[in-house]
Amino acid sequence: MFVYLDNSSTTKQYREVTDTVVRYMSEDFGNPSSLHHLGITAEKAMKNARNQVAAAIGVGDNEVIFTSCGTEADNTAIRGAAYAGRRRGKKIITSRIEHPAVLETFKSLEEEGFIPVYIDVDKEGMINMEQLESEIDDETILISLMHVNNELGTIEPVEEAAALKGEALFHTDAVQSFGKLEIPTKNVDMISVSGHKIHGPKGTGALAVKSNVHIKPFIVGGGQEKNMRSGTENTPCIAGFGVAAEMTHSHRSANITHMDEVRDYLMRGIIDGIDDVRINSPKEHYCASVLNVSFLGTRGEVILHTLEQSDIYVSTGSACSSNKKNSKSHVLTAAGLSDEEIEGAIRFSFSDLNTIEEMDYVLDRLKDAVGSFRRLGSFR
Amino acid sequence: MNEKNIFIVRAGEAALKGENKPYFERMLVERIKKLLKRFDGVEVTRKEGLIFVHADKSIPPEDIIKWVSKAFGVQTISPAVEVESDIEAIGRAAVEYMNGIIAERDIKTFKVKAKRADKQFPVESPDIARQVGAMILKGCKVLKVDVHDPDCYLYVNVRKGISYIYQDKIEGFGGLPLGTNGKGLVLLSGGIDSPVAAFMMAKRGMAIETIHFHSYPYTSERAREKVEDLASQLAVYCSRFKMHIVNLLPIQEEIVRHCPEEETTIHVRMFMMRIAEKIAEKNGCTMLVTGESLGQVASQTAEALVVTNSAVSMPVMRPLIALDKTEIIAIAQEIETFETSIEPYEDCCTVFLPKHPLTKPKTERILKSESTLDIDDLVEKAVDSEEIVDIFPKK
Repeated sequence: MFVYLDNSSTTKQYREVTDTVVRYMSEDFGNPSSLHHLGITAEKAMKNARNQVAAAIGVGDNEVIFTSCGTEADNTAIRGAAYAGRRRGKKIITSRIEHPAVLETFKSLEEEGFIPVYIDVDKEGMINMEQLESEIDDETILISLMHVNNELGTIEPVEEAAALKGEALFHTDAVQSFGKLEIPTKNVDMISVSGHKIHGPKGTGALAVKSNVHIKPFIVGGGQEKNMRSGTENTPCIAGFGVAAEMTHSHRSANITHMDEVRDYLMRGIIDGIDDVRINSPKEHYCASVLNVSFLGTRGEVILHTLEQSDIYVSTGSACSSNKKNSKSHVLTAAGLSDEEIEGAIRFSFSDLNTIEEMDYVLDRLKDAVGSFRRLGSFR
Repeated sequence: MNEKNIFIVRAGEAALKGENKPYFERMLVERIKKLLKRFDGVEVTRKEGLIFVHADKSIPPEDIIKWVSKAFGVQTISPAVEVESDIEAIGRAAVEYMNGIIAERDIKTFKVKAKRADKQFPVESPDIARQVGAMILKGCKVLKVDVHDPDCYLYVNVRKGISYIYQDKIEGFGGLPLGTNGKGLVLLSGGIDSPVAAFMMAKRGMAIETIHFHSYPYTSERAREKVEDLASQLAVYCSRFKMHIVNLLPIQEEIVRHCPEEETTIHVRMFMMRIAEKIAEKNGCTMLVTGESLGQVASQTAEALVVTNSAVSMPVMRPLIALDKTEIIAIAQEIETFETSIEPYEDCCTVFLPKHPLTKPKTERILKSESTLDIDDLVEKAVDSEEIVDIFPKK
């Protein structure tokens, strides 16, 4: 049985999405900027996709800028906001558990003279609101806080945090929650989403920028996307992205309920069937797409490869390969997990396509994998 | 006569092999032909102790040099000009050649070195040099002769009918043509050392096959991809070869269960040697080759090598035994295996690394702890489970 439980890394593209992509690659392949009717067909596809994505985020059509991925959306938002506010202040705030697309942009802005502040998280990956509140001051020009953490599934209090923003611009990376939860928009100025996490094509993303917010573009050129993102639009994939956004959006509550059942079934099975485990995901404020568990006394990567032999695909909290130190998950480290907990951490991430039946199979193989590792033991 | 670029290739040691010289040269020519197969319009010939490459002008000369220099047994390569063996014609060609060089580089002084391979040629070597030098002085006004430290040497090689003029001697690796010295099985790990060991043996003419051990699922598939990458870089020099791939995990499990922790590595090494020996025998390899370097790690101390060596009767070649790590790295960089070697997909096999590995193992003690294992059966099963991959040279 093939069981894909790595949906936070990427998802399987829906059939309808693929059909749309193929159509705009092979038949309606025009450039939206062309004056003839092929161009107009392509332009219509863009407009339609923009509608679909805007509706799924919960913003206006005119507020969506298509990008090549979530990372580009994050880069555009953070750099844009930092440069727009540089005359007023230098302080930029984020959390310790953001995606590298955010953290690395902060690091690079630090080299340019901005002053980054990183907010701590608790054992469940929840940010420290008191610390955030005390850090926000007149010098603060940007706050970037993710909606759902990709490793733990923690839902961060984005709207609560955004209410504290003062003069600063507020950005949220909603890549993991998009298509699954309602996206927080109140007081939020910029929102990043991605196509391939919602059964859309890779190479698509979007940044929603509220109409009263003005930031400078990151990529300049032919002036596409209202000058915010130049470059000929990837019409086929954007059209596919639109279809994926609409499909996940319209089935959102049914999907999340289903994922929660599947997730809960797997979690119960693990707790009941395997000794010495630790559930790392939050008990309450979690997104049902992610379940992070440490199998103490094992190595996540070995469990991963063992499961892979049974056609089960998961991911780990650390790569035990690469030269030791840097391979540990920054998220699990920030959440204060011990080395043993990090080493044995596995992330199961779900989509609407997973079933309870699959979980029975996974539980069976997982018990074997953990058991055989523990029997063989390790010298460390 | 000049639609082609001409290159003179000199065999190194192969030329010293007395009666076997034609065999070595033939092997070298074959190898060069194979390396140049990627180009259309190339001819490789052997004449009076030299190898000539005639290549279409459309092929950049650097490319020909790059690939010819990868053939073991090549001492030097020189891009050359062909001219009729006539002193006047040689002089004219030499002037034209030197003017070409002046246009490219800032040189002020030169010296002509002449060699008369055709003893029937009416002018003797020193006179050829003198006469050609005089013609150059006349034809290239900016140049002066400097017999002690010239900016540029011009070589004139006078042969029957056709003579050659050239300037550079670009060095190859030397060594002996591939396949002239038996066949060995190299234990290829994916680290820095073993590709260098394979390269060094192949450079002495040994054809190679390789064997790679992994411990999937304790090691990742990426680790294996990395070894295949390394192997295909090695194949640039060693030609296409077979890689035998064996999963060692079942044996490691037995060792972990039955032998003392601090001995683990040495037992694993012994099994690797045994399995390699069996696979070598099956494939016509008469020697094993490892990247071991004395004292580099616990399993490569003098004592440890004695023990691992005792597991097999086939000779084990260890070309890196007396090299320092820095020397090994320098070679790895030269042969372009280093970058891949240090990619961080090292094996998860560290789970089987003892905290305090034995550095001075004794053979009797190791053999005694092994006696609880069914060695022959484990080795046989491992050999039977081998997977074989054909490794092709990287493009």
